[in-house]
Amino acid sequence: MSDKRPAWLSRLASWDAAVIVITVLVLLIASGVVENFGSSRNFTFLLLDLLPIALIALPMTFVIVTGEIDLSVASTLGLTSAVMGDLWNRGLPIETIIPLCLVLGAVLGALNGFFVTVLKLPSLAVTIGTLALYRGLAFVVLGDGAVADFPRAYTSWVTGTIGDGPIPNMLIPLVVLAVVFGLVLHATPIGRSVFAAGASEQAARFAGIRVARLKFWLYVVSGLVAGLAGVLWTLRYSSARADNGLGMELAVVAAVLLGGVSIFGGKGTLPGVLAGVVLLATLQNALRLQDVSNEALNIVTGVLLIISVLLPNVVIRFRAALRRRATT
Amino acid sequence: MKRRLLAGAVSAALVLTVSACGGTTKNDSSSSGGGGAQSTAQADANAATKEGVKMAFLPKQLNNPYSDIEVGGGKTALDELKGDYKLVGPNDASASSQVSYINTLIQQQQDVIGIAANDPNAVCPSLNQARSSGIKVVAFDSDAAKDCRDVFINQATTEGIGEQLAKMASELAGGSGEIAILSATPNATNQNAWIEVFKQQLTKPEYANLKLVKVAYGNDDDQKSFQEAQGLLQSYPNLKAIVAPTTVGIAAAARYISSSSYKGKVAVTGLGTPNQMREYIKDGTVTKFALWNPADIGYLAAYAGVALASGQITGVEGQKFKAGKLGEYTIGKDGEIVLGPPTVFDASNIDQYNF
Repeated sequence: MSDKRPAWLSRLASWDAAVIVITVLVLLIASGVVENFGSSRNFTFLLLDLLPIALIALPMTFVIVTGEIDLSVASTLGLTSAVMGDLWNRGLPIETIIPLCLVLGAVLGALNGFFVTVLKLPSLAVTIGTLALYRGLAFVVLGDGAVADFPRAYTSWVTGTIGDGPIPNMLIPLVVLAVVFGLVLHATPIGRSVFAAGASEQAARFAGIRVARLKFWLYVVSGLVAGLAGVLWTLRYSSARADNGLGMELAVVAAVLLGGVSIFGGKGTLPGVLAGVVLLATLQNALRLQDVSNEALNIVTGVLLIISVLLPNVVIRFRAALRRRATT
Repeated sequence: MKRRLLAGAVSAALVLTVSACGGTTKNDSSSSGGGGAQSTAQADANAATKEGVKMAFLPKQLNNPYSDIEVGGGKTALDELKGDYKLVGPNDASASSQVSYINTLIQQQQDVIGIAANDPNAVCPSLNQARSSGIKVVAFDSDAAKDCRDVFINQATTEGIGEQLAKMASELAGGSGEIAILSATPNATNQNAWIEVFKQQLTKPEYANLKLVKVAYGNDDDQKSFQEAQGLLQSYPNLKAIVAPTTVGIAAAARYISSSSYKGKVAVTGLGTPNQMREYIKDGTVTKFALWNPADIGYLAAYAGVALASGQITGVEGQKFKAGKLGEYTIGKDGEIVLGPPTVFDASNIDQYNF
């Protein structure tokens, strides 16, 4: 890294920057054009809706940058939620249940990590398997029932805002975690190892990076954060259910890819990912306020994703063509 | 890596310390209710019916044939009332998916939200936010928690269904003889409640000559229901009627009878939908059966919503309001409004229904 610029700046590839700019533009346009979008209450709704996705996207960024994937996160959320409800029904204190749920999330993540790094199985297959397995277990634990009588003090904090302003209380853990994950990824040796492992696993290993161990711990953290999201989700809706967060893994992966992380690993930034999360949530919120149908919403999201994957490649080829022309 | 382990150990220790002191358990009864915004406004039964009421329907999920008919009834009613109909909803019937739609409707400043709740508690905080900003909430089909809505449109009461089944069975058996029930699963909550009422009805003097010989279970599986219907007639050759309080059971029983020598001798009745039973009504296998009309649920929900928005009712027991072609309704306990006895379908009216 004999670069004059700090490492994180050089990594801020063109697409990441573009997503951040687009997100800011969309926010401004929506505030100006969409009726009621800019109200403080809507701002609170928007933040509450994107919180679980943003939380889970943090470790997902690491996992995808190393060239792996974790599709079991939403099922981990659901199983954590189901277990939380079951333990609450059995009369355990909530102060004990929450740490237990976080441990459960970490264990579920460790299981993924074991399959991927010790048994050397492809992570796509493994986590599709545990997606089904964990969701199935959630239904075994809670069936199709729901547990709802969680303590007021906790549920009202999770749905509440700071000093009755527009900022939800839940934004505090998200901001803290986002800063921690961002610093680790872009300003520590761990982060450099993550990028190295994603760029070329062999080269990373020759450089002395313990790639398998790194990936294992990334899966543990991914499970742990999904467990935390499960706890917060359950308290926000005061409803522990086995189907909580159903299908959310795709929203997370979509936001991460839209934020400029390469699905092949080795490339991406955390600010870009957070912008991707905000962009998708803002579009959904604003278009719904305009009575745009779900189908049209899905089309918009899909087109955006395709563009985000396509555009950087087009730019690269275009530049390469220019260079070829210059040398001939 | 060592540092990461250390950090993990430290945080685990912290967590354990925190969890060791104090504890809030289920039995502390500090459970989180909705903290409903009870309306203190007085109802004025003679208030003018408002025009231009903006009512949004939020079914369990979109593009479901049953809920499409329900909200269609709501649209009909709002057209009659010169209101403004809107339909929004998730593509999946999961608990929390409805919440962001409620939030959107709050922002759009709707007057009334009609909701079939996927989860009675998950939608509670949002519904109460809606109510505190002046929006009326009508639950229909599937109730939200009591303190987060103004009224609930209940399609039918357990008693109403049980009584209707007994009445039809008696009519079809000619007032006496052996009858059997073909239910869903042995532990199906709804069916068991209806069967319980049915049995109580049979103790009445007018049903004294009816004899319930067996309750069979087809597990809401077409093939098993078909075989159970077959088995009933082999075991009880003098059977006069099979009563199936489930749409799967009634169709399977009718299919078996229509292709057997019992056709015209043994009656089949119960709860079914017009579309699945039409051919058996036409070919004479089935004379009559019953079900609530989903379109009427939405229709009534819309009239209740507009009555709420107009200040004619507030959701208190005993208040009355008019619901167009359905007549006058009185609000029951806990803000519940019962649609009425189930609709009976027979050869004379079945072609008016399509669901």
